[in-house]
Amino acid sequence: MQQVFKRPLSLKDVQTHFCPGCHHGTVHRMVAKALDEYDLQKRTIGVASIGCSVFLYSYFDIDVIESPHGRAPAVATGVKRAKPDSFVFTYQGDGDLAAIGTGEIIHAANRGENISVIFVNNTTYGMTGGQMAPTTLLGQRTSTSPYGRSLENEGAPIRVTELLTNLEGVSFAARVAVNNAKNLMDAKKQIKKAFRYQVEKKGFSFVEVLAACPTNWGMTPIKANERVGTELSDYFKLGVFKNVANL
Amino acid sequence: MARIEIDEQRCKGCGLCTIICPKQLIILCSKVNNLGYTVAVFDPSAINCTGCTLCAEICPDVAIKVFK
Repeated sequence: MQQVFKRPLSLKDVQTHFCPGCHHGTVHRMVAKALDEYDLQKRTIGVASIGCSVFLYSYFDIDVIESPHGRAPAVATGVKRAKPDSFVFTYQGDGDLAAIGTGEIIHAANRGENISVIFVNNTTYGMTGGQMAPTTLLGQRTSTSPYGRSLENEGAPIRVTELLTNLEGVSFAARVAVNNAKNLMDAKKQIKKAFRYQVEKKGFSFVEVLAACPTNWGMTPIKANERVGTELSDYFKLGVFKNVANL
Repeated sequence: MARIEIDEQRCKGCGLCTIICPKQLIILCSKVNNLGYTVAVFDPSAINCTGCTLCAEICPDVAIKVFK
């Protein structure tokens, strides 16, 4: 009998701090696997953001820079320009990328920096106690919208992938999920493709991953996983939005 | 024939593997690990595991190894 599934080399053999059923762990493993497949571990510099995604440096066996809140794409720009031979990716949550870092992500994308961005969207600020994020769905109750998000007060949730698709500098943009077998396979494929864009120097690549936050949604892991496939996927449509080089 | 190994000390008992297994060969048991989570166990008598690796793919804690 042979082992057909093992931990990726780029992922350290440590326990994560994530809550049970949090999709961050699944996305971490997928990113590490993609790094392994392109043999990038030795020349990768990851840029971590603020939030649950902050512990990138504890979980990945690669070099990682911790950036200020929302500034990961700006830090990644500097790293990539200073060391063009390195592989640079940012790993950000929705509170980080879609709220505090809106300016940074839009301009890094518009400049067409040759970096990859993994954006984990769980519609809430996970680490700080489940506050409302720009991606929180209408009607969703959070600790700062106890009666549910309303269109009149807070506006509609931002669809970041669609927003970035319209920018000239973006070469690849996709939205995936990791809640069922089909979506898992697709997510793996798209993350790999995004990394290939950078390896082949074809410009800015962006992958949004819809993820569950069972603790802050007040749900069991299985119910939260279901919500990704229903409510979340209804508003945030899955698919590849831009693939200019047809990789 | 294939089989899986679940690292009981890493498992947080989220149960995602139990719903994704096409043959329902994984269940949450009453056993509690050092972290206080009730862990998922693989039916040791299962002979119809195909080694599809879906359980390992979805496991957020990378606690599953698959052998084929």
